[in-house]
Amino acid sequence: MTNSGTMTVTTPSDREVQAIRLFNAPRELVFKALTTPDLLMRWMHGPNGWTLAVCDVDLRVGGAFRYVWRKANGREMGMGGIFREIVPPARIVHAEQFDEDWTGGETVVTTTLAEHAATTTLTVTVLYVSKAARDAALQTNFAGGMEAGYDMLAEMLASLGGAQ
Amino acid sequence: MKASDYGQLPAEHLDATFAALANPTRRAMLARLASGELSVTELAEPFSMSQPAISLHLKVLERAGLVSRGRDAQRRPVRVEPQPLEAATAWLEGYRDALERNFRRLDAVLEDMKATAPRRTRARTTRRRSKR
Repeated sequence: MTNSGTMTVTTPSDREVQAIRLFNAPRELVFKALTTPDLLMRWMHGPNGWTLAVCDVDLRVGGAFRYVWRKANGREMGMGGIFREIVPPARIVHAEQFDEDWTGGETVVTTTLAEHAATTTLTVTVLYVSKAARDAALQTNFAGGMEAGYDMLAEMLASLGGAQ
Repeated sequence: MKASDYGQLPAEHLDATFAALANPTRRAMLARLASGELSVTELAEPFSMSQPAISLHLKVLERAGLVSRGRDAQRRPVRVEPQPLEAATAWLEGYRDALERNFRRLDAVLEDMKATAPRRTRARTTRRRSKR
């Protein structure tokens, strides 16, 4: 429905949101970047200046992960969950829930990685407990950030400079 | 985190919009109407569907406010109402933008990873290909 460059976000069902994004790297690397704390902390920030400050990942079925984002003013936002399926480097299914439960219960996230010609197609499907939960969560959690918080991104893009 | 203006959209409007859009025939109808208003007969032409079936789809689109019907009693042309579609798109844009900012950072991380471990990556790719 919405498409910009290589990224697509759709609502495949009443309870889901699905994002599809291409990466110019083999899926082994993408899988590693999605599951290794040191690497996650470099990219998985929140909008408006939230950075990933704590990242623990016990990458096995039944293993737990814990993320805490932090803002410059000291505010924190935590989220954790359990891995349900791990098929490196093709598939991860995990359940997750924010400490302040704005998703109205845990969500189940299915991540798949398909590789073709050294390009990886990452598909992330988030299943919410209900349609209302999905809509509410997306409105409070993700909708912000068009107007503010671009400083960090701008800095990063500037520092990347000619690298791309 | 604060919701932006996009978060303030009445949820029930978005519900109707997304429900109406969750059908390939209705999306195709909207795509046809994008280039200008059409009568129901004209709109139905490319679809292998009865006129009543098309009318039902039209009603769903109308209820969602995605299309409106003209006043011309005979022809009652159907036209796209862009506003709900824009609202739905904006709502998804917000979500997409938050993800895309992270994914752009991930792009940079992956470039670093490729640069620091190029041999291992190439070896893995070769091995997998040779198995096929």
